[in-house]
Amino acid sequence: MAGMKGFYVGFGALAVGGAGVLLVAMSRGAAELPSGPIEVAAIESGRGWGGYVVGDADAPVEIIEYADFECPACRVQWVLTVEDIKQRLVATGRARYAFRDFPLSMHVNSRAAHHAAACADEQGMFEQMHDQLFGMQDKWTGRSDAETRFRRYAGDIGLELDQYDACMEEGRYRGRIQASIEGGAALGVTATPTFIIGNRLYTRISYDGIKAIVDSLTAVASQ
Amino acid sequence: MKHRMVIAALSLIGLYVALYLSLWKMGLMGPLVCGVGACEVVQMSRFAYLFGIPVAFFGVAGFLALLVVSLVGLRPAFVGKPGPTKLLVALSGGGAAFSLYLTYLEAFVLKAWCRWCILIAVLIFSVFTAALLGLRERPSKT
Repeated sequence: MAGMKGFYVGFGALAVGGAGVLLVAMSRGAAELPSGPIEVAAIESGRGWGGYVVGDADAPVEIIEYADFECPACRVQWVLTVEDIKQRLVATGRARYAFRDFPLSMHVNSRAAHHAAACADEQGMFEQMHDQLFGMQDKWTGRSDAETRFRRYAGDIGLELDQYDACMEEGRYRGRIQASIEGGAALGVTATPTFIIGNRLYTRISYDGIKAIVDSLTAVASQ
Repeated sequence: MKHRMVIAALSLIGLYVALYLSLWKMGLMGPLVCGVGACEVVQMSRFAYLFGIPVAFFGVAGFLALLVVSLVGLRPAFVGKPGPTKLLVALSGGGAAFSLYLTYLEAFVLKAWCRWCILIAVLIFSVFTAALLGLRERPSKT
């Protein structure tokens, strides 16, 4: 019977050890955005935010894009024009580009995606997260594990995950994102992507179209 | 009765792995830890459900049944009786066949591997082998 005793001791150790591992794994939850209403004060403090701006503050023209990370048209817009805007207009000092959050309510993971990007921005990596979110859009759109994937992208681009998790769990930028949506709506944005260049709204515009507008606005400004 | 001890230990490990996948499916677990492979592709696929129930739940039920039968089979009243071993062969045989089907799906339909599922397949086949060997074991006096 000594063999049986040994077996039960080993079995008990395995049972306790396994349960411990499971509990530790459970405590490491994916960072989830809090649901529920957003405080009015948080929205108020987010008003007036100019977006994620790249380029020279003194550039003669500002190109504002209201976009939704879960919108396929925005992804196409990113692929076709945004890189051109950055390289040919922003890098040359002819314009600055601002990305503003406009997650549409029809997209279930969009707010979380925008929030993940805001948390990445906190660590100076908005652009990297932006590219991950658009680049991988088909991998997370409409899926229940989207936030788990965002966390993986956060790790992939080299974010400090503890800080990222805290940011997501707290929902630190929910108010600012809401303010951005309301700000866009007040300007007349109803769909994404919408560009605002020189006080006019344009939806789904080609790079050439944007460049032509920037050219004419620059000419007007220099007169 | 060694085979029942081996089966009890393997079933416990299998139970924990299946529990891990079930808890993940229920959203109670963080990101799926999956070093090599595509666990989420497999776990989010349409084959991750059977009759509307997550396949991982069947794993929990199956390994729990194996665990209970093997532990009961180790009780003095059942030691030396062939009944529990036959039941273990039947249960693990069914589990192994199901696991074979799931592995086939991973290899040829999804073309994605989930190492937790492979571990479960290895465990259930080991249990099945141990149970078959147990059938040949002579009744012990312990």
